[in-house]
Order: sequence, then structure tokens, then C-alpha cells
Amino acid sequence: MAKEVNQALAREFGLSADEYANVLTIMGRTPSLTELGIFSVMWSEHCSYKSSRVWLKTLPTTAPWVIHGPGENAGVVDIGEGLAAIFKMESHNHPSFIEPYQGAATGVGGILRDVFTMGARPIANLNALRFGDPKLAVTKRIVDGVVRGIGGYGNCVGVPTVGGEINFHPSYNGNPLVNAMTVGIADQDKIFLSAAAGVGNPVVYVGSKTGRDGIHGATMASAEFGKDSEEKRPTVQVGDPFTEKLLIEACLELMATDAIVAIQDMGAAGLTSSSVEMAGKGGVGIELDLDAVPQREAGMTAYEMMLSESQERMLIIVRPDRQDMARAIFEKWDLDFAVIGHLTETGRIVVRHKGVVEADIPLDPLAEQAPLYHRPWVETPKRAALGAVADPVGLGAALETLIACPDLASRSWVWDQYDSTVGGQTVKRPGASDAAIVKIEGRRRALALTTDCTPRYVLADPEAGGAQAVAEAWRNITATGARPLAITDNMNFANPEKPEIMGQFAGAVRGISAACVALDFPVVSGNVSLYNETEGRPILPTPAIGGLGVLEDAAQAVGLGLTPGLDLVLVGATEGWLGQSLWLREIAGREEGPPPPVDLAAERFNGDFVRGQILSGHVRACHDVSDGGLLVAVAEMVMAGGAGARLLPGPAEVTAHAFWFGEDQARYVLAVPDAAAVLQAAAFAGVPAMRLGESVVGDLTLPDGAAMSVAALRTANERFFRAWMD
Amino acid sequence: MKAVVTVMLKAGVLDPQGKAIGQALQGLGFEGLGEVRAGKVIELEIAGSDKPTVQAQAEEMARKLLANMVIESFKVEVA
Amino acid sequence: MKAAIVVFPGINRERDMAIALEASVGRKPRMVWHKETDLDGLDLVVIPGGFSYGDYLRCGAMASQSPVMGAIRAHAARGGHILGVCNGFQILTEAGLLPGALLRNANLRFLSMDCHLRVERADTVFTAQYQAGGVFRSPMAHGDGNFFADAPTLDRLEGENRVAFRYATAGGAVTQEANRNGSARNIAGIYSENLRVLGLMPHPEDLVDPLMGGTDGKPLFDGLVAGLTDTRAA
Repeated sequence: MAKEVNQALAREFGLSADEYANVLTIMGRTPSLTELGIFSVMWSEHCSYKSSRVWLKTLPTTAPWVIHGPGENAGVVDIGEGLAAIFKMESHNHPSFIEPYQGAATGVGGILRDVFTMGARPIANLNALRFGDPKLAVTKRIVDGVVRGIGGYGNCVGVPTVGGEINFHPSYNGNPLVNAMTVGIADQDKIFLSAAAGVGNPVVYVGSKTGRDGIHGATMASAEFGKDSEEKRPTVQVGDPFTEKLLIEACLELMATDAIVAIQDMGAAGLTSSSVEMAGKGGVGIELDLDAVPQREAGMTAYEMMLSESQERMLIIVRPDRQDMARAIFEKWDLDFAVIGHLTETGRIVVRHKGVVEADIPLDPLAEQAPLYHRPWVETPKRAALGAVADPVGLGAALETLIACPDLASRSWVWDQYDSTVGGQTVKRPGASDAAIVKIEGRRRALALTTDCTPRYVLADPEAGGAQAVAEAWRNITATGARPLAITDNMNFANPEKPEIMGQFAGAVRGISAACVALDFPVVSGNVSLYNETEGRPILPTPAIGGLGVLEDAAQAVGLGLTPGLDLVLVGATEGWLGQSLWLREIAGREEGPPPPVDLAAERFNGDFVRGQILSGHVRACHDVSDGGLLVAVAEMVMAGGAGARLLPGPAEVTAHAFWFGEDQARYVLAVPDAAAVLQAAAFAGVPAMRLGESVVGDLTLPDGAAMSVAALRTANERFFRAWMD
Repeated sequence: MKAVVTVMLKAGVLDPQGKAIGQALQGLGFEGLGEVRAGKVIELEIAGSDKPTVQAQAEEMARKLLANMVIESFKVEVA
Repeated sequence: MKAAIVVFPGINRERDMAIALEASVGRKPRMVWHKETDLDGLDLVVIPGGFSYGDYLRCGAMASQSPVMGAIRAHAARGGHILGVCNGFQILTEAGLLPGALLRNANLRFLSMDCHLRVERADTVFTAQYQAGGVFRSPMAHGDGNFFADAPTLDRLEGENRVAFRYATAGGAVTQEANRNGSARNIAGIYSENLRVLGLMPHPEDLVDPLMGGTDGKPLFDGLVAGLTDTRAA
């Protein structure tokens, strides 16, 4: 490549004039093309978090059970019995728009590597997906490709996909969100970190060969989409789940020995970010000889190899005396194993290729002088209160419309394409409980896993919406009986250079922080995806929250399916909040008002009460009340379990449609053998609770006398995806 | 030499992929479309310069691994 | 009963199978890497599910050429028992140890859900603890489970009573709706001529623990232990 390195090229690489000037200062000369490439990816939004870092630092990240918070490849929490859960969620939004199948597949592959690189065997995948208007043909193509891609990769590597969420909104038309989460299990004393150590130690490359895949993917992930995105296709990486499976097994086999000093996957910006970060964290230098890098294509340049995003590769610092044993393990699994360099005491990264030094950069300034922006922001204006809204259709018709709408329709068409049982430890499969329950092999202990966010709330009030996303994740875990431990956050926002977008980010972070503190539910890992807009149209602000909780005994887990002969009890107060509700949008055709307020003290109080009831064995089924409100929650319990229900009228002081479809927070529906005992316990604890009715063999009968059969409800609920996709 | 092995499902074996491609093409407005069948093409670089030998080698590979004779047929072209 | 599980690169349900076998046998099965060639002294060889070699050419095609397959053929020739589940079933058909082939699911999508299997005969070592004509539930998870064989082969399988399981409704009706992957004559599993090799697409090994929602798959493994422990000397 004979390109001249100058400010214009730096700009093309995504560096601002100021940033390029700083590069010149650090280098004391004009950088080489490879050096410019390294600076541009390390200083990209994706790798440096330059717009978000000042805000992310304010998130609560500690608790007695947190072993490693943000800063490692994934977060690590103590789940008891000497075990650790390792988990993280990460976005693959831009690649999934350009090529939905491969974008989603490599998203799953990347997050798996973040988790097993720390020593964990991955035991569950989840994914939080947002798509555009279902009426558009392009949305259908993207949904089909993303679902196939997630299944294609996850099913093949043999990690069960157990949960997640899907929303539709026109703001995602040109910019779908694909956020993939992986959870793994490791022994607490066998956790592997990425800080390199030991001058002279070999730097080992393992996995697939390097090709010209995805060059500049990290900078692409930090740019807005324009009309030319369709032509960016060649930069998309192709996933190879078979190789990933071999890599998991080989790495875990090597991790059972004492050979590894440090290990990191080659994710965004591949060899560059892994080598720079490992050496930087360890305070050492690193020298790479690119001639030794296993290459898939002929004639690759240093620039191309340093920036390639070929998948299924890892970088390992190995103890020299264990090198041969390590090689034997990777050769057994038919994977490439190459010593491509060594650690030095220079504090520099030196890259050689064909006898020429192609890059020589001091590591400290590369990291420490990475740009950090205090982007200007403006507070999101509060929405005007919603006045009284009349009910135009009645309870039964509204329920039928709501359970059939794209945001509430059954997702079974999607789950049925994901292997949710491989591993033989899936206690509650998708749709069976508010959080998926996956047992730990050979133990009674189980994890409860969920992803949550209500983007329309975040748009209307970022702070309340951010808090609500955390609270809902906490509630979904609580509703199974599990104890919520920690979250991973995937912050999907539009262009941070616009003050109103930065205001959404700031507000959401404030809300998330407040909820994390109030619920003892810290952030242990996360990812930021900015510039999610197409031709100036921003996505809804979407801080997706992945939550993890623990159950000491998997047998204690409750699902949401209703069986006959039980009392239905509502826990939590109902004011009848219709602002930003799905009822308001789908039935009244309005997207207005402030979202439901989040009373974090009530969340904590009500949730702790519900969990106590479940763990005391008083609860047969439990479901939190969220999108669609109370009647939708009851209908979901009916559809999941197959029993009907007879509902009593709500309190006189709340209008019927506001009571049944309002989206007030901090509420749960419990199915219990004896309502009196639970109501008495609630009264004693000072938790608002009331009897809603009972479960029966037969129909769902509404308080106004309208009756709907379970089969009719299920048909309405199943219709959307099947009619759309099959 | 390069041998190109084309593997197709045998006539009579249901080919849902071909059917789906046909439906998609019709959906795009292409008319006059008959049956559509999907298969795969495998390119092999084989050392040697004698065409019949290379042909025979490629056919052996196809029979042993590249095609499943229960459901598939193949043809080999050497160039 | 001495059991072994064969592990090909890309297999991913070997742990599930090991758990199910251990629960019935009382000890861990031997895990056999695909490059091993000694299967002497085993009562049962299991080829589990997964994506051997990524299923990249055809499901099971490359595994069927693996070094261990010679030993598996020898085990079969000795009259040894073999269980192939999902990818294991595909490998057995590719290796010619069972007839037919597994095509892509009729709807071209991966299918992960519970199915119901009607037990066609209960006088084999695999099904001795089920009832003939009875139905049990099993998870399934595959993209290529659409059993195909030409009409004479299907007629012969049925004539020789070698169909092990058919996809059915919970009530035992063999219907088109119950046949999600489009298999010929609803066939979910078949036997070899000597009834000692069984291949099936669904995963009974994933339903052997009440915590996972049921124990419908357990009789298959209990039956193997009872049958193969008794006949070992013979």
C-alpha cells in the first residue's frame, strides 16, 4: 500500500485533527501506515470508550460477591461453592445490518470468546434484539438472518440459547440491535486474566488463520450509517462455529494446566487490541513478528494483519517451559499454534514484517493519551402528564389486540430455532419462567438469567427508563425465586456528538446507577455502541441490561405457567399508569406521557417479599407485571400453563382499563394454594397485595364476564411470527 | 489440474431448498420458471497432468466422501 | 455394562450423554477420542449428538471416515450394541451401518422443541422398559432430521419391524402435524438387521432428571443397563 500518511488519511481512518496532532506528538514523527492503523483502532469509540468513559465511571461496580468488575474481558461474580459466574453482553449491531446472518453469528462467537478466555465453560447464551417496522420487507430479511445466525452459531458450538428479548420499532429500521450475552462457569481459583507478564515469555497465537476479514470493523462500529453501507459488505467477518467449539475445548484443556500467564481473545481490531491491551495492562513491552502469523491469504501486509478481524483467534502468553505441551494440545484439536513474538521490557509495541519494523509505538501514551471527551449534553425534557384516556374497546378486545401485537406476540417461532437444551442442564426453557434457569452440572445450584430494557420508556425519560431496565431484570430473576447478583449493560445509543443524544446517555446512566445501588445489583461488565443512526434518524435509546442471579437449589425455581385450583394474588401497588404503555400505543394509538415512575424502595421491598414466599414453598407460579400490564401478565400465565382463570373486578378507585393495562412497576402475580396466608404475610410485611381471582380448568374469564379459551388466546398470541415468517 | 465436482440431490429426493429458491424467484416477479434444484460445487486442485487419471481420482473422492450415494448424484469436470 | 462415548471434533452432546449413562449405570462411561481404534471389551458404543466437523460437507459425512469408525464397524460385526443419537444417527447412516439418510428439515429451519415418540416394539434391549405402542416425550434439536430412504428400503424396514420410533402426538396418533421435520413415514429412529444398532434423531438423554422437566428418556438407558449387564457373558 503506497498511501501517504497525512491528516486527510487520518480523517479517513476516523481520527479527528486534534487526535492526529496528538499522534504526531507521541510519535515525534509521521507514523507509518500500520502505526496510524493501530492508533485509529485503539482510539476508536469502540475500543477507547472516549465519549462514554466519563459516565461509565459513575456506575456502581462493587459488592462483596463481585470478583472482577469492568476492565476484564467479562465480569466475574461469586455464586457460592467455590464457583464463579463469568458473563458479559456485547453488541454486533452494524455488522448485523450489513449481513444479518454473519453479523449475528460472529456476535455470538465474539461474546463466547470473551467468556471462555477467562477460564469459564460457557453454559448459556441470551440475546437482546431490536428490529424495525415489521411491515417492511427489509425487517423480515434481517429478522430471518439474525435468528438463523444466532442459531447457526450457538447450536453448533453447543451452548444453549435460553433467553432474551425482541422489540420492534421503526427507529431501528436502518439500524437493528443485536446484543449477545454469554454466561460461563469457572472455579474461583482458576480465573484467567489478560495482563501479560514475564519479559521474554513467548506470545502465542492460536485458532484460525488470519485473512483480510473485517479490516476496520472497529472504526465502522463507531460511525453512522450512510447510503453507502450496502457497499461495506466485504468488511464483514464470517463465523466458523466448528473452529470455535474446538477452540473452547482446547483452551479449557490448556487452562487445566499451569501453562498460561495471560490470555485474551482477538476481538475487534484483532491482533492490535489484544497485543496492546495485554502488554499495556501488564506494564511490559511486546514484540511481534508477523511472518510467523498463520495466514489464510497470500501477500498480506502488516497493516492488514494488525487490523484483521478474522474470527476464532486467541493470543496467549505461555510459560516457556510449557510451550511444547501447549502446542500438543492445540495440534490435537487441529488448531493453528504459532509463537509470533515475545514480551520485552521496552514498554513499546514493535511489529516486524519481512525484516522491516512496520510499527514501533510507546504503549503508555497510546493508552493514557487516548481521547476522552466530556461531550456536551442537554437534559431530556419531561413529558407532559397524560390526562384521562377513555377506553374505546373494552377489556377483552384490548387483550386480544395486545397479545397479538409484535411486541407481545409469542416468540416461540424464534426459540424453536435455538437449541435450548444442549448440555442437559436447562431447568426452565425460554418462555417457561421470567428468567431462564440453567443448573450447574453436577450441583444443585442454578443460575437465573434475563435480558431487559423498555426503550420507549428510556426515550420518554432516560433516567426513569434506565432505572426501569435494571429493576425489570432484577424482578425477572426474583420471580423465579433466585437472588439477583449482578448485571452486564449494553448501552446502545445514537450519535453522542448531539447534545440531546448525550443527554439520553447521561440520564440512562444516572437511572441505572440509582437502581444498581438500591437493589444491590452492580454492573460487572458491559459494552457501549454509539452512532446507531441511519441518515440522521436515531434509534430509541436502548440500554439493554443482562441480569444474573443464583438459586441454591434448582428445585426451588418457579415458572410462570398456571395450573388449576390456585388463588391469584397481585403483589405491589396499582395506580393505573397508562403513560407510555403498550395499551396506549396499540389501542389508543398514542405514544405519550411520562413512563411509569420507578420506586426503587418499593421494588426492593416487594421483590424481597415475593422471593421469600417462593423460597418458603408457598408459590406455584409467579410472573412479573411489565409490558402490557396486569391482564397481559395473567394471560401469559394462562397460555404458558394451560389452565384458565376467573378474575375479580379491580378496586373501584381505578378505572378498569387503567387497572388491567397500566404498567405500574414493582408488581408480581403469584399463583398460590392459599391466598389468605400470603395476604396475611404481605399485610404483616407492609407490602401491598390483593386477591385477583383463581385459576380454573377452562377459559380465562374477565371481570366483565367476557370469556376467552386458552386455545383462542394461544392462537392470537402465536399468529404474528408464524403469519409473517412462514 | 482443477476438478470441479457438482453434487445434486437425486431425482425423486425432496429438495426443499430448491423449492424455496423457486418460490423466492417467483416472488421477485421472474416468470416462466420450472423446477429449481439446489446442489453444491466443490473445486479440487489435484496434482497431475493426465486428465483421465485426475478424473478417476476425483470420482473416487466424490463416491467416498463428497456425495452420499443414497441421496445424491455427482458429476466431475476436469479442466 | 461397559459403555463408551465416541467424541468427534465438533460433537457437543457428549456431556449430556455421559450424565444420562452415569445416572443409569452408576459410573462414568469411557470417553473415546475419534483417533482411537480400540473398542474391545465394550457392551455399548454411543455416538452422541452435535456438529461433527461442523456438519460442513453433509451431516456426519466426515466423521464417518474417521479412524475410530473401523473399530465401530468391528464392534458391530461382533454383535456389539451401538446407539447413535442425532449427529450419531447421521454418522451411522453415512457409514452405512444403518440405511437411509437424514435430509434438511422440510421447513428448512432448525427445530428445537419437545416431540413425542411412539415405541414401535418393546422387545429390544433399547426399548425393553417401554411399552409397545406407548408414547414418551423427548427433546429434539436438529437442522437435518428428515429421514429419507427409497420406497423399497422403507418397505423393508417396516416389513422387518425395524422402525424403532415414530413421531406422534402425545396421544400416540402418527400424524403429519407431529412429524415436524418431514421424515418419511414419521420415522424418528431405526434398528439394524440384528436390532443391536439403534439410530434416532431426538435426545432422550436430555430428559432423565425431574429437574429438567421429566424422566421420559430414562427407561432407554435403564433398559440398556438391565439388558446388557445380564447378557455380557453370552
